Amino acid sequence: MEQQLEQLKQEALQKIEAAASVKELNDVRVAYLGKKGPITDLLKGMGKLPAEERPKMGALVNVVRENVTTSLEEKMELLEQQAVNEKLEKETIDITLPGRPVKLGNHHPLTRVVEEIEDFFISMGYEVAEGPEVEQDYYNFEALNLPKGHPARDMQDSFYITEDVLLRTHTSPVQARTMAAKKGEPIKIICPGKVYRRDSDDATHSHQFTQIEGLVVGEDIRMSDLKGTLALFAKKMFGEEREIRLRPSFFPFTEPSVEMDISCFKCGGSGCNVCKKTGWIEILGAGMVHPNVLEMAGYDPTVFTGFAFGMGPERIAMLKYGVEDIRHFFTNDMRFISQFNRTEV
Amino acid sequence: MYVSTKWLENYVDTKGIAPADLAEKITRAGIEVDTIIDRSEGLTNIVVGHVESCEKHPEADKLNICQVNVGEETVQIICGAPNVATGQNIIAALPGAKLPGGMKIKKAKLRGEVSNGMICSLQELGVEGKTVAKAYAEGIYVLPADAKPGTDALSLLGLDDVILEFDLTPNRSDALSMLGVAYEVGAILSQDVKLPKIEYAASNEKAEDVLTLKVEAKEDNPMYVAKVVKNVKVAESPLWLQNYLMAAGVRPHNNVVDITNFVLLEYGQPLHAFDYDRLETKEIVVRHAVEGEKITTLDAVERTLRAGQLVITNGKEPVALAGVMGGANSEVHDGTTTVVIESAYFAPASVRKTSKDVGLRSDASTRLEKGVDPNRVAEAAERAAQLLTELAGGEVLAGAVQFDELNKESVRILLSPDYVNHRLGMKIPMDEMVSILERLQIPVEAANGQLIVDAPTRRQDLRIKEDLIEEIARLYGYDEIPMTLPIGESVPGGLNSFQEKRRLVRRYMESAGLYQAITYSLTSRAESQSFALETAPVTELLMPMSEDRSVLRQSLLPHLLEATTYNVARRIDTVSLYETGSVFLGTQEDGLPKEVGHVAAVITGKWVDHAWQQENKKVDFFVMKGIVEGLMDTLGLTEKVTYAKANHDGLHPGRTADILLNDVVVGVLGQLHPSEQKKRDLKETYVTEMNLALLLAESAEALVYEQVPRYPSMSRDIALVVSKDEAAGSLIDIIQEAGGKLLKDVSVFDLYEGDKVDEGMKSLAFSLTYFDAERTLTDEEVVTRHDKVLAALKEKSGAVLRG
Ligand SMILES: [Zn+2]
Repeated sequence: MEQQLEQLKQEALQKIEAAASVKELNDVRVAYLGKKGPITDLLKGMGKLPAEERPKMGALVNVVRENVTTSLEEKMELLEQQAVNEKLEKETIDITLPGRPVKLGNHHPLTRVVEEIEDFFISMGYEVAEGPEVEQDYYNFEALNLPKGHPARDMQDSFYITEDVLLRTHTSPVQARTMAAKKGEPIKIICPGKVYRRDSDDATHSHQFTQIEGLVVGEDIRMSDLKGTLALFAKKMFGEEREIRLRPSFFPFTEPSVEMDISCFKCGGSGCNVCKKTGWIEILGAGMVHPNVLEMAGYDPTVFTGFAFGMGPERIAMLKYGVEDIRHFFTNDMRFISQFNRTEV
Repeated sequence: MYVSTKWLENYVDTKGIAPADLAEKITRAGIEVDTIIDRSEGLTNIVVGHVESCEKHPEADKLNICQVNVGEETVQIICGAPNVATGQNIIAALPGAKLPGGMKIKKAKLRGEVSNGMICSLQELGVEGKTVAKAYAEGIYVLPADAKPGTDALSLLGLDDVILEFDLTPNRSDALSMLGVAYEVGAILSQDVKLPKIEYAASNEKAEDVLTLKVEAKEDNPMYVAKVVKNVKVAESPLWLQNYLMAAGVRPHNNVVDITNFVLLEYGQPLHAFDYDRLETKEIVVRHAVEGEKITTLDAVERTLRAGQLVITNGKEPVALAGVMGGANSEVHDGTTTVVIESAYFAPASVRKTSKDVGLRSDASTRLEKGVDPNRVAEAAERAAQLLTELAGGEVLAGAVQFDELNKESVRILLSPDYVNHRLGMKIPMDEMVSILERLQIPVEAANGQLIVDAPTRRQDLRIKEDLIEEIARLYGYDEIPMTLPIGESVPGGLNSFQEKRRLVRRYMESAGLYQAITYSLTSRAESQSFALETAPVTELLMPMSEDRSVLRQSLLPHLLEATTYNVARRIDTVSLYETGSVFLGTQEDGLPKEVGHVAAVITGKWVDHAWQQENKKVDFFVMKGIVEGLMDTLGLTEKVTYAKANHDGLHPGRTADILLNDVVVGVLGQLHPSEQKKRDLKETYVTEMNLALLLAESAEALVYEQVPRYPSMSRDIALVVSKDEAAGSLIDIIQEAGGKLLKDVSVFDLYEGDKVDEGMKSLAFSLTYFDAERTLTDEEVVTRHDKVLAALKEKSGAVLRG
């Protein structure tokens, strides 16, 4: 009987080993451990054994049964694992296929530039001031030291609505309005907005474009403050290594007036096509607020001084991003705008 | 302004400074040098030649065979110019010569005849055609008889010169003259200025004996000087004079006209030469024109004058448009013997107006309209008189006929060094300031710690202290200004709430899949009010450049749609654009239109487009409504916003809604009317436009968190059959009212219109969520409440439960 038992065990283990699927393994289980299986038969046949042999045999049968059961379980786990693996294998996808697009728009490049400039000056304590795009001649010209009859205010160059009302030609009237409103108080503002000139649209001209100007008025504002402010701005906007230089210029509302160049951000100053081989790029106009402008706005020019600066986001965007035609900014071609969707840092 | 460095050398020493370095110094000191033109660049082996004989080429009608003495030898050159002739001195480019544009001269055969070079026109040497004297404009240039064959033609023609092109700012009209430039360069290089010496022997005869002057328009003409020069022989000017004029971009004519132009360029004072005999009346009267009066100007155009334009007359009729252009009737011609030289100060505004009215801008008018130096008016006339004796054999009558009420005082400015340094943020010593002003030849005196400055009349841009601060700073060097930041109390900067929320709107729109557009504010009259939420009288330009850009917009949508069409036409089928910007309505008390900030959006094409999994969904009304709802949510306005079916021009009558904030219409959303779509070459397109000012003026409530539910909620679904006309929105209103506090949420989860419901009916399914924050609801409570909802629906809308 012992021998028979051992043979049975070997047979069962072999069949377990040979089982290739969960189903085959279940068949083995039923065949050997089931109610009609040989092990059960053996247990049933124990009654025929002498009483003293029964416990020993009983223990033996149990050992065999446990062995077989353990093997079965182990094999079952293995087979199940295999089945899972096979299933997963079948679920394999091509991970190189593109993902489902997330629908996202982005800023217009001009807004991107304007907000970057705004944010720099906000961090320096400036407020953002805005004003009407249709302006009174007074704020657009007269209050800025451009009296009637001044050559710089040709009807041909501006879009007039009536003799006294026009589309603003720069954002400077916002400065004039702010000064008039803040009478006597220190001012630190940045003024972005749309402006209009009577130009035919071509690659470098647009009848509508954008300006952003700054104005600081106080009791001790010096030209060195203007230079220091602009130098910080240039570094923030165009890179830490940027140098600036000021060149004398002329604007009716500032005296002295300057133009600011930055060292070329493409070649670093050695000369290239962006800087027209000069190593420098003209970025903005600036100056000390003309005493007449202060006086007209109710600031005593012997007490108050100030500086102002102004620049064109179109020009900055054209330089920064290599845009060659100003009209791209107003055509609103999705293939153009959608390129400005990512960070530069 | 073109500045010949060769000419400039006559007034200020620039030796040893390369033109490029000089240009850089000038630019850094304040006058931008735009371009540096090296006139001899690329020119080699170009000499004076003498044409010893000239015969027709036997094989070619238009060619001449010339034997040309080029110094050491006589060579044969074939020349096609019509004006080549025996005995001329010409410009010969010999084999090996290089011409501008890279042309190389080689020994060649032309129709069987050898040509050892080329006889050149000035244009072939790079001289601009419009500055070449008319006699040589169409052929080769003929050099003076005394030119020596074989010598360098370039120096003879003054082409061994570098020209600096100045881009002058409007305040620096003083540099519209060689002398003005000399003062500037002298200051930069610390060099003296050598002024021309005016010396000549005048005749005994007096100018006032042969000419009288009457100035009737004294305000517009406060100074008029006339010199009379007899026995003038009109001829070609000497080459050096012609060369200077050409370098300055002025075409030589004859010695008299050239002299007036030369003095204009030298002094910045426009002159005019009249033929004394052709004046006929021995009289000059300066007055305003009478409306309709006529004059034929030098350019042979008859012009009808308007009242108020300043004219020079001979007492009977106009002989010149003052400061703008002379008349043909008194023009100097080859037979002129007596010349009247006019030098005058005409009021800038008067010249500007006349020049603009008649559409003529000349070297004279551009200078006069900026205001010439009052102290050089008489001197310039003397300089011209001197040159007429030297170069035209003239005899100058003594004295001048003149009228003079012009203020010639310089402006005195008192300046303290502290004032200068305080404004610059620098510490420039007083002697340094004095030295700079002296270099500029500006009279200055230092007394009691103050600078007393007399700004010369040639520098009309120097009027106030700040003007002098600029002079001192720019010559001291802007590089020397330190870098500081404003001192004093600092205030926090930032955006106001409108600006901050406008940024929020932009970011929301972009996160919703829309790209920001910026379109033009000016549009056509026809489009100005299309889609406008509110219309008012339009704001129209006085002088538009085109009809398309003549009126300010009252809606952002027309241009956004134009941009959409632009994209679609380029096969970009899916377009999603938004814009924030102003619309312009009517006229307010201050004369300005009311500017209202709007936001608008356009979508067309596919909203979901995931091609390889075939997930595609076209845009529809509810995509746009979802975008609007999301915006309202972002702005915290959801509870205050409702939508009402509406009808608007240009929009689909069945698919358009007004957007209401606190029951006031603040916007519209809908499908573009199919006929509009067709007109604009668009497929199904949805639009919205909202009054941003009204939206952003409404404050959101403080954000206080609501406890995350601790007790479960219970859901009940209802499927209703209602008339097709019944709006889901009103059913929701009924449900919410009847559901009361316990009803937390109601949402639509199905809409069915088809065979399974009766004709004219539809089925709508809602999911209702009941909830109490304080406890778990019992089934009975929910059932009771839910039954109330059903009853209300049945009673108020006739809805029946779908079986
Ligand atoms: Zn560069």
